[in-house]
Amino acid sequence: MISNNFIEKIFRQEKKSVSRAITLVESGDEKATNLLKELHKRTGNAYRIGITGPPGAGKSTLTNQLTKYYRKQNKTVGIIAIDPTSPFTGGALLGDRVRMSEIGTDPGVFIRSMATRGNLGGLSKKTIDAADVLDAAGYEYIIFETVGVGQSELDIANAADSTIVVLVPESGDSIQAMKAGLMEIADFFVLNKSDRPGSENAVTALRTILMLRDHTEKDWLPNIIKAVASENTGISDIADEIVRHKSFLENNELLLSKREEHFRIRIKEIVETLIRNHLWRDKRVSILEEKLSIVVNRAESPYEVAEHLFSDFQDQIVKQ
Amino acid sequence: MDQKIRVLVAKAGLDGHDRGAKVVAAALRDAGMEVIYTGLRQTPEMIVEAAIQEDVHAIGISILSGAHMTIFPKILQLMREKEVEDILLFGGGIIPESDLVKLKEMGIGMLFTPGTSTQDIIKYLTEWVEKHPKN
Repeated sequence: MISNNFIEKIFRQEKKSVSRAITLVESGDEKATNLLKELHKRTGNAYRIGITGPPGAGKSTLTNQLTKYYRKQNKTVGIIAIDPTSPFTGGALLGDRVRMSEIGTDPGVFIRSMATRGNLGGLSKKTIDAADVLDAAGYEYIIFETVGVGQSELDIANAADSTIVVLVPESGDSIQAMKAGLMEIADFFVLNKSDRPGSENAVTALRTILMLRDHTEKDWLPNIIKAVASENTGISDIADEIVRHKSFLENNELLLSKREEHFRIRIKEIVETLIRNHLWRDKRVSILEEKLSIVVNRAESPYEVAEHLFSDFQDQIVKQ
Repeated sequence: MDQKIRVLVAKAGLDGHDRGAKVVAAALRDAGMEVIYTGLRQTPEMIVEAAIQEDVHAIGISILSGAHMTIFPKILQLMREKEVEDILLFGGGIIPESDLVKLKEMGIGMLFTPGTSTQDIIKYLTEWVEKHPKN
């Protein structure tokens, strides 16, 4: 059981307890589920911001500056910095704190580095669970920061109220060919390192693509904000754009429907995880192992085996 | 609970030589651990605060500047103040034999000197975490 004392400490934003709670939800065991059930009522107050983009675009530096901006307004900030786990060793090198040294000891800031663990390159379900801990602990802004390669950029959009895609002038040539996903999830773009040559061209290229998209006057059209995060240039413009996007969502009753959509995805994922955990129990694992050589010898097809396993699973559920 | 080993690797004080810290960080990662690398010029306050927020099993400090007799005790003192002595404080660097003895007496874990195999560090950490699981 989760002690009330522990939960009270989380609500009081006691960092040791907040930190331990994140470790717990990362483990994903039954105790974690109980904790998340307890915390849910106290979540929903934080505004969640996703920051993604290619490696080296300056996401950590931008997160650092944006956090400093919010701290000047006396707002508290929780940061979840996500880096990939090696699928080969299970290890991870989490280096986002290097660019956030300045805010690391600020009492109103909590930074947690997370590895994607089992989730291939993506923003795991556990990341959202960790954000719930920070939300319940009363952090007013939650920033997810993750590299935008593979599936993760789609996941970040399913976790954040506003999603920022950070690009650099050098991204210019490749913007045309950029993966559809990264372009479409952006609520706005930040062209970082915009003091470098080619920044005007990059803005033009980006704007051209955005204008080609189908949109009506009522739709939100992603802006492009120029910044030099390392020199603290353009940070207030970014904060203003977040406010503008938040107001747009609120005024059009989109914030709640967006959050409903996020919960729809999340609940489905939780159910699917539960099913998967029940599905791959001892007996079916051994059936699968036994069948492998039969499939290799072409005596049975993978589909026959799969149907056999699935009907075994169905039978078990009916019996229960 | 999932006992994925989490280690904070930091360079403390005015010491820009981070090759060793990076080699150790990469070796620990390749051994399947989650390594939080904080980079250069960290104060003891920054290190202990990061260790709390990251909920690590161990803090590894690399010091090549000669400031080990100041920095290690200061980190240890802060860990006691913040009641996180359950975290292992270990390190490495160029540390004279006589200082090694003194630091060990203070309650600091293994201090690895030049020539150490990364395998020894991995073995040490793995065994330590097995003996001291987080509750």
